[in-house]
Amino acid sequence: MNRNSEHDIADRSGAASGSAARSRASLLWAAQYRFAPYAFVFPFVALFGLFFLYPLLRSVPLSLQTTSGPGLMRYVGTSHYRFLLTDWLFWLAVANTLVYAIGFLLLQVPLSLGLALLLNSPRVRFRNAFRLAFFSSNLIGQVFVAMIFSLLLAPRYGLVNRAFGWLLPNGVETNWRGDPRYAMPALVLATLWLTVGYGMVYFLAALQAVDQELYEASQVDGAGAWSQFWHITLPGIRPVGVFLILVGTIAALSLFELPFVFFQGAGPRFAGFTIVEYLYAQGFEAGDLGMAAAVGWVLVALILIVALVQIKVSGAGRDTA
Amino acid sequence: MIPRATISDRRSSQPGSQLGTLFLHLVLAVLAFGVLAPFLWMLCASFKERHDVMEHAFLPWAHLDRLTLGNFRTLFHAVPFGRWLINSLFVSSVYTVLVVTLSSLGGFALAKYRFFGKRPLMAMMFATMLMPGLVMLPSSYELMYRFGWLNSYAALIIPGAVSVFGMFLFRQTMLSVPDELLHAGRVDGCSELRLWWDVAVPTVRPMIGAYTLLSFLAAWNSYLWPQVILQDQSKYTIPIGLAGMLGLPQFESQYGVLMAGATLGVLPVLTLFIILQKDFIAGLTSGAVKG
Repeated sequence: MNRNSEHDIADRSGAASGSAARSRASLLWAAQYRFAPYAFVFPFVALFGLFFLYPLLRSVPLSLQTTSGPGLMRYVGTSHYRFLLTDWLFWLAVANTLVYAIGFLLLQVPLSLGLALLLNSPRVRFRNAFRLAFFSSNLIGQVFVAMIFSLLLAPRYGLVNRAFGWLLPNGVETNWRGDPRYAMPALVLATLWLTVGYGMVYFLAALQAVDQELYEASQVDGAGAWSQFWHITLPGIRPVGVFLILVGTIAALSLFELPFVFFQGAGPRFAGFTIVEYLYAQGFEAGDLGMAAAVGWVLVALILIVALVQIKVSGAGRDTA
Repeated sequence: MIPRATISDRRSSQPGSQLGTLFLHLVLAVLAFGVLAPFLWMLCASFKERHDVMEHAFLPWAHLDRLTLGNFRTLFHAVPFGRWLINSLFVSSVYTVLVVTLSSLGGFALAKYRFFGKRPLMAMMFATMLMPGLVMLPSSYELMYRFGWLNSYAALIIPGAVSVFGMFLFRQTMLSVPDELLHAGRVDGCSELRLWWDVAVPTVRPMIGAYTLLSFLAAWNSYLWPQVILQDQSKYTIPIGLAGMLGLPQFESQYGVLMAGATLGVLPVLTLFIILQKDFIAGLTSGAVKG
């Protein structure tokens, strides 16, 4: 097709050989065609190089330096990385973040799928209205979520404990923000509110894309509902499931704003302290950008390992299915 | 009933299954209420007097005369909330226009042209796609310091305007722009820029709606980067301002004022979403499900 267009342009310039002015115009015309794609990608490439590639590469040597603010730097080799290996607070942050990520993924994916299956039932009316309602919470920024949930989870009169009080005879006195045991459950609860609707929208779209003829054929063969779910539905929505798990893992391991605002810091006995909060504290409270860059690379390594394991596991699963 | 009726059709005419349908809707309604309850609670709290906020689950039904706009008044007088609102609108709008323009121009070039360096560019973009931006936080901050962009809107708007995700999204969608149409346009003497604006952009309009909202949301809700960049209270965006209020002793138990701020921080994006929702959900999932 592009070749075709080049022909046109050659034709146009050939036909325009009548006067010098017209041939200059057609030269300009050919030039704007030739240079258009470069002009179109140039702003992106310039900004990508300056604000993405450069900082990405720069953060490698930066992680080998110690800084007090961005002005003063000194080369320290790998000592940041060696420090991180032995710092109990860093490992606590890693453990907290992993606990959060596992709890979140174990609940979010099945809940999203369950909700999507409910909504996908042919008997449901007002499906769009329900979908709208379930998805709406996903628009809210984590700062606002943290503010709302810090009040919803208030010890006695918070809405969550009130709701438990209506359901259970003796009610509960859970101190969500003050008790270290409940720090991560509180964060997982807030995140589920934020993300289950998002997962549901993806699963619902995948469910509706599954070929209906497969169900009809299997019904003729006498397959039950459970066997249909196992052999038709699940393989059909698998790619979306893998996508949600991958995106969810990256988001969960990068958790920052929610605990930072919810606990106004690290939480009771550092129970709400995450890897990125550690990064923030090192880089922007203690002022050592080099240390923060080192934490960033450890986070990248962690995400890479977890993502590779997930891809491997899901890929291997597909081969046997 | 017609003999071709399927099993589920027959089932739905039984009385027991109507009960099942009712039950299904009941479950969905309860769940939907659970999702909407935090919004309702926030909205109610923003109109309640200080001692009513925690005393009543939603509204003080027996004393509806105690509802007040005082929280909003305090919000605009005790802190420069109006300024934060304008800052948020300005930064998010400029950012959105910029990122949508750049991504659609670049995506158009990637989808519809052959040019030198296209393959390596796409390979590089793809390789960095899953790189968490957090690793660049310290070095980007250093760069902003070098540029003298600390405490400036330029730092909030320009570096983030590169979106690899956006480029790929536009490239994927613009592959469907018919070549014949572009060809016809060229014969008629349209410049390449006109082809982008008059042919390519209208073809992908639904996706642009979705991506615009997504970009606006990301900028509007953004916290970590503005938090490290902005220093003057008068330059704060809403999330930075509100999160800062949480730490101030004068707002220690002023939950109504805080919720009034959260309401104003949530309302614009919720309104935008309700207007654009059809395109938005379709656009959000189109890539993931087909790909």
